Amino acid sequence: MYSLTYKRADSVEEARRLFQEASDAAYLAGGHTLLPTMKQRLAAHDVLVDLTRIGSMKGISVEGDRVRIGGGMTHAEVAGSSEVQRAIPSLAALAGSIGDAQVRHRGTLGGSIANDDPAADYPAAALALAATIMTDSREIAADDFFTALYETALEESEIVTGVSFAIPETAGYAKFRNPASRYPMAGVFVARHRDGSVRVAVTGAGNEGVFRWQAAESALAGDFSANALEGLSVDPDLMMGDIHGSAEYRANLVAVMARRALANLGSAEAII
Amino acid sequence: MVTVTMTVNGRQVSKEVEDRRLLVDFLREDLELTGTHVGCDTSQCGACVVHLDGKAIKSCTILAAQADGTSITTIEGLADGAELHPLQAAFKEHHGLQCGYCTPGMIMSGVDIIRRHEGQLDEDTVRHELEGNICRCTGYHNIVKAILAAAQEMHGEVRQAAE
Ligand SMILES: Cc1cc2nc3c(=O)[nH]c(=O)nc-3n(C[C@H](O)[C@H](O)[C@H](O)COP(=O)(O)OP(=O)(O)OC[C@H]3O[C@@H](n4cnc5c(N)ncnc54)[C@H](O)[C@@H]3O)c2cc1C
Ligand code: FES
Ligand code: FES
Repeated sequence: MYSLTYKRADSVEEARRLFQEASDAAYLAGGHTLLPTMKQRLAAHDVLVDLTRIGSMKGISVEGDRVRIGGGMTHAEVAGSSEVQRAIPSLAALAGSIGDAQVRHRGTLGGSIANDDPAADYPAAALALAATIMTDSREIAADDFFTALYETALEESEIVTGVSFAIPETAGYAKFRNPASRYPMAGVFVARHRDGSVRVAVTGAGNEGVFRWQAAESALAGDFSANALEGLSVDPDLMMGDIHGSAEYRANLVAVMARRALANLGSAEAII
Repeated sequence: MVTVTMTVNGRQVSKEVEDRRLLVDFLREDLELTGTHVGCDTSQCGACVVHLDGKAIKSCTILAAQADGTSITTIEGLADGAELHPLQAAFKEHHGLQCGYCTPGMIMSGVDIIRRHEGQLDEDTVRHELEGNICRCTGYHNIVKAILAAAQEMHGEVRQAAE
């Protein structure tokens, strides 16, 4: 790791100020994406601004038909929250399926959303659960947030302070993991909302990152069961292909994971 | 440079370190607690697992500065004097190690698993929970056996104490 200066922020305002004072700063949350990259010298920053002690980025609350989770909440805290388990059990289960136990003790919701890894789990939940990403300066609909691989609508020094998820009537998640990295090769989150609308979000597979599978949404709006997906598939030209799996393979996985998600409403299934 | 102060295995330590110092290097190089190992640079192997405020974490993926003010337990802090921790004793009894490189991390993770499940463990759960710890020697079988045996023993002791 290249030399750097560590700064700890006690408030969101202080974090933003420390970030802007530096020439090439980065926010440091759980560090489980940033630090491995910096250790390998694939990234370098003169200043790291630690967000993990900011009290206002903690906490979980259920307000009406939404669950609001602080950006600083760890995956383990979300997975273990009785409020999340009650309101959106599939979301708690998704958080409990990220990486491994030690990763979940450090990695955060805000870090995962801001990083927008094309194979991360949370972005699928954010899209399918019509989430609003809350930052220190505005609110952004999840539909407008994930713009490209590792790219989001965030401005350079903007901080994800929390995410508000719509509580669906029912939802489920299923993913097929890469056995080495543990990240999904294809993960599908399906949700039927209280207004009858259906959202289906796919992570790990798309060559432009997380996306909504609109054809599946329309089919499921009429009949919310695996039967409705019969004969539907995603275009392999829009899927990632790499040494772990071809685009055709991933396209097939998406269809299979969508059916498994429907068979696992109220939970999350991780295969392998 | 930053000054970090933390409790390590019950002892308060305070040192000036480079801002980029990883917790694992702080433990190994500055405190000479070399029981905590480094087996990868991708945060995957779990050889470096320690407890931070009671929770298992990978000490290779946190800056020492971030651990300022916390309480850390390493493999050196588990035994009670000459008496091994029940999980250390179970690894010995069940032959849960071969080269031993992964062992400190396995044991620190195992203690965390037993704590989080309050001793209520079965083989599937232990295997699943160990996904962040890699062993190149044993095939995991005896590691799982050792964790199950220790969970039973520790849980049994808790029950006895309550009676
Ligand atoms: C072994 C391993 C396995 C993993 N497996 C999975 C998996 O299966 N699924 C999965 O989804 N993820 C997985 N991860 C990633 C893990 O979930 C990360 O913790 C997460 O992606 C990033 O969160 P973090 O809090 O660690 O962020 P950091 O690493 O601290 O930061 C990541 C990026 O986001 C920025 N950032 C952080 N917080 C904020 C914020 N609040 N506002 C704005 N910017 C911010 C940082 O500047 C940095 O650029 C894995 C990681 C490891 C090491
Ligand atoms: S050395 Fe920390 S996970 Fe491998
Ligand atoms: S005993 Fe050799 S790596 Fe586990």
